[in-house]
Amino acid sequence: MSKPVSLSLPAPRRRLISLPRLPLTSAIALVVLVLIIGMAIFAPWVANHDPVALAPAFRLKPASAEFWLGTDAYGRDLFSRIVYGARISLTVGVGVTVMSILIGLPLGLMAGYFQGLDALLMRVMDGLMAIPGILLAIAIVSLSSAGIWTVMIAIMVPEIPQVVRLVRARVLSTREEPYVEAAVLMGTSTLKILTRHLMPNTLAPLIVQGTYICASAILTEAILSFLGAGIGTEIPTWGNIISEGRVYFQLKPSLVLWAGLALSLCILSINLLGDAARDALDPRMKKRGAA
Amino acid sequence: MSEPSSDTLRVEHLCVNTTHGVPILQDISFEIRPGETLCLVGESGSGKSVTSLATLGLLPKDALSAASGRILLDGEDVLQVSNGRLKALRGSRMAMIFQEPMTALNPVLSVGRQIDEVLQTHTDLTAAQRRAQVMDALAQVHLPDIERIYDAYPHQLSGGQRQRIMIAMALVLEPRLLIADEPTTALDVTTQQQILKLIRELQQKHGTAVLFITHDMGVVVDIADRVCVMRQGRIVESGTVADVLSRPQQDYTKALLAAVPGLEPRAARREVFSAQVVLDVSELGKVYPPAGGGWRWFGKAREGTRAVHDVSFTLKRGRTLGIVGESGSGKSTVARCVMRLLAPTHGAIRVTGKDISELSAASLKPHRKRIQMIFQDPNRSLNPRISIGKSLIEGPMNHGVPFAQAWARGQELLELVGLPVDAIERYPHQFSGGQRQRIAIARALAMEPDVIVADEAVSALDVSVQAQVLQLLQDIQARMGVAILFITHDLRVAAQLCDDVLVMHRGQVMEYGPAAHVLAHPQQPYTQQLMDAVPGKGWNFAAGQRI
Repeated sequence: MSKPVSLSLPAPRRRLISLPRLPLTSAIALVVLVLIIGMAIFAPWVANHDPVALAPAFRLKPASAEFWLGTDAYGRDLFSRIVYGARISLTVGVGVTVMSILIGLPLGLMAGYFQGLDALLMRVMDGLMAIPGILLAIAIVSLSSAGIWTVMIAIMVPEIPQVVRLVRARVLSTREEPYVEAAVLMGTSTLKILTRHLMPNTLAPLIVQGTYICASAILTEAILSFLGAGIGTEIPTWGNIISEGRVYFQLKPSLVLWAGLALSLCILSINLLGDAARDALDPRMKKRGAA
Repeated sequence: MSEPSSDTLRVEHLCVNTTHGVPILQDISFEIRPGETLCLVGESGSGKSVTSLATLGLLPKDALSAASGRILLDGEDVLQVSNGRLKALRGSRMAMIFQEPMTALNPVLSVGRQIDEVLQTHTDLTAAQRRAQVMDALAQVHLPDIERIYDAYPHQLSGGQRQRIMIAMALVLEPRLLIADEPTTALDVTTQQQILKLIRELQQKHGTAVLFITHDMGVVVDIADRVCVMRQGRIVESGTVADVLSRPQQDYTKALLAAVPGLEPRAARREVFSAQVVLDVSELGKVYPPAGGGWRWFGKAREGTRAVHDVSFTLKRGRTLGIVGESGSGKSTVARCVMRLLAPTHGAIRVTGKDISELSAASLKPHRKRIQMIFQDPNRSLNPRISIGKSLIEGPMNHGVPFAQAWARGQELLELVGLPVDAIERYPHQFSGGQRQRIAIARALAMEPDVIVADEAVSALDVSVQAQVLQLLQDIQARMGVAILFITHDLRVAAQLCDDVLVMHRGQVMEYGPAAHVLAHPQQPYTQQLMDAVPGKGWNFAAGQRI
C-alpha cells in the first residue's frame, strides 16, 4: 500500500479480578447459599449427632443444648438430619443441572444447526415437555429401585427440553451472523463452528437457566421424598424429614417447619442468584424489570 | 417569554451534557427561516441527532440534559416550556420524520387511522372533516389510490410509500418546522430522489422550515439552502451550500468533501488480455421455493420466487467488477451463490476453471480457499469472543498451515491493512468500524484467495473512513493481483473502484460493460434513471462547483 495509516488504538482492557457489586438481596442469598453448601460439605463436623441413629429414649425432645432443634419420633437429632439432608438436596440440584446441560447443549446445538434434524428432534422434545415432571418421576421411581440416581434421572428428563429449546433458539439467531458465515467460507469444520462460534453465545443464558433448573430439581426431589416416591426413608432428606414430621405436626410442628425453612431458603437464594446472574449477563432484562 | 422573530427556529449557544457532565453538544447556534432548509451534516457521533432531539424536547432524561442555551421555536423557548405545552408544540408547530418509517409507524393500525389520530389529538374537527383532511394529506404526498392506502397497514406498503405516509402525518397539521433525521438513508436512490423532491415541493407550498439531518453530501446538494457541518458536538462551519461546498474554510470540511467519491468513472486501467479468468459465472439462476413446499396434492404446482435469472459475467485476475442495483435487485443473492452460501438452481460458477455450482459441502472445501468474502456490517463480521489473531489464523489453519506460520502471516497482514502488529492480541470491540473492516479484509487475504467478494463492504462506514477502506482495497489489488467482485448500491463508489460494472434490476442484468461506458454513457433506460437519481449529481465535489 502507498502509505501506512497510523491509527491509535485504545489501551487493551485489563481484566481485573474484582468482586462485583451485588445488590443487597443477592448478597444475602449468596451468604445463605454458601452456608448451606458449607453445611453439606462439612456435615460430619457440623452435625453433632448421627443423623440415622435411632434412640427411642429421646423421642420428640424439645430443642436443648444437646439437641439444638430437638429430636424426631425416633429420637434422631433434627439439626443433624437437616444438615445431612442438604447433601442430598444439593447433589440432586447440581447433578440434575449438570446432566441436563451436558445432554441438552449438544442436542440444542445440533437442532439449531442442522435443519433436517431440527424438526425430528424438536418433536421428540415437545413430547418430553408434555409429560408432567413429577408424574414421570413417580413412574420411573416406581418401576425401578428408588435411589439417588433414579431420582436424578427422573427429574432430569423433563428439564432437558428446556435446555434444548434455549440453546436452539440462540443458535438459530447466531448462525445468521456474518462471522459464522465467514467461518464456513474459511473451511472451518462443522464441529469447530458449533463449539467455537456458536456454543459460547449460548453459555450466558444457560447459566441463568441452570440456576432455575437447580432450584426446581431440589424442590422436585423434596416433593418426591415427601410423597414417598423418592429416596428411601433410611436416608435423611428434607422431603423425608417433612414427610415423617407431618404425622406429628400437631404435637411438634418444628419437625416440619425447620426442614421447610431450609428448603425454602435454599431455593429462594438459588433463584435470587439466578436473577442476579441474568441481570449481569443481560442488562436489557434488568432495565425492563425495573420499568 | 415570546419575542418577535422572523426565524422559525433559532438555536442559541446550545450545550448538552450527559448526566455525568460529559459535553455532547457545545455552543450550537443556527437559525432557520420559513421556507428554508438547513442541513446538519456530519459523520456518525457528530451530534446531529442529539441536536434534533433537543429541538423536539425529546432528550432522554436519564442520560442527556441541556446545560445552557436556548431553542426558540417562533420565539418560544422549547427548553423552558412545560411538558404539556411541549406535547402541543410537537405535532402542531413542529414535526419529525425518521430514518426507518417501518419502526415509526404502528404495525397494527391502518395508516389512515394513524394520521387521523394526529388530527384527533390536536384539533376539534369532526370525523368527516378529519377524513377529508387525511385524504388531502395523502393526495399531497402523491400516493396512488388513496382510498385503498387509507385502509392499508404499514407492512402492505413499500419503503418509499411508508416514508410518504410519515411525511403526510408530519405535515397534516401544517407545522412551522419539519425535522427530518436521515429520512432517505434507508431508501433506494430512485425512491430517495422522489422523497427529496416531495419534501421540497411541500415545503414551498406551506412555507415550512426544514431541519434536515444527513451524512450524505450528495443529499445536501440536492435539498439544502444552507448547511452546518458538525464534528464532535460542534458546528465547525456553516453557510450557504454554494459557499461551504465550493469554498470550504475548515480542513475538516475540505477533508469531508474530498472523501466524497466522484461520479465520473475513474481512468480505465490497461486491460491485460492474457490475464487469467478467475471467476466465470454463466447463466446463473436462483429460484427460492414457494413457502410451504413446491407442489400440491391438487392443481398446478406453485412457482417459486425468481431472485436471480440468467446472470453471466467474467472476472479476470487483478480486475474489479461492480454489481450495482437497488434493494431486491438480486445482487446479494448473486454474491451468496458465488460464495456457495446459497446453492444456485441454474448455471455454472467456475472459480479458476473449476465449476463449484454443484459441489457438495465436503468437496467444496478445497475451493473455498480461492474465494473469500468481506461483509457489510463490521460489527458482526468478527466473532466478538475470540481475539483478532485467532480469527485471522482460523482459515489458514483449517487448510493445514502450521500455527506459527499462520500467526506470522496474520501479523504481516495486519500491517498490510494499516493496523499495528500488536492488534493481533486484541478483541473486536477494541476497534472502530473502519478498523474492523480492515481486519475483515486481512482475514479474507489470509486465505490467499483469487477472488474477494465484497458485499456492500463500505456501506456502513462514514464517508472519510469509506474513502480509506476503498483506497486500501485498491492498494491490495495492485500488490497482490486479487480480483474483486464488489457489490454496492452506491454508484459513486462503483465509479471509483470498478473496471467493469454490471447493473441489476429485479434479478436480471440490465447492462454490463466497462465502467466508463456503463456509467458515463448508459444505454438502458433503467441505468439512466439510476444515474439520474444519484444524490448531488449536479455537483463536482473534487472541483467544488456545479457541473
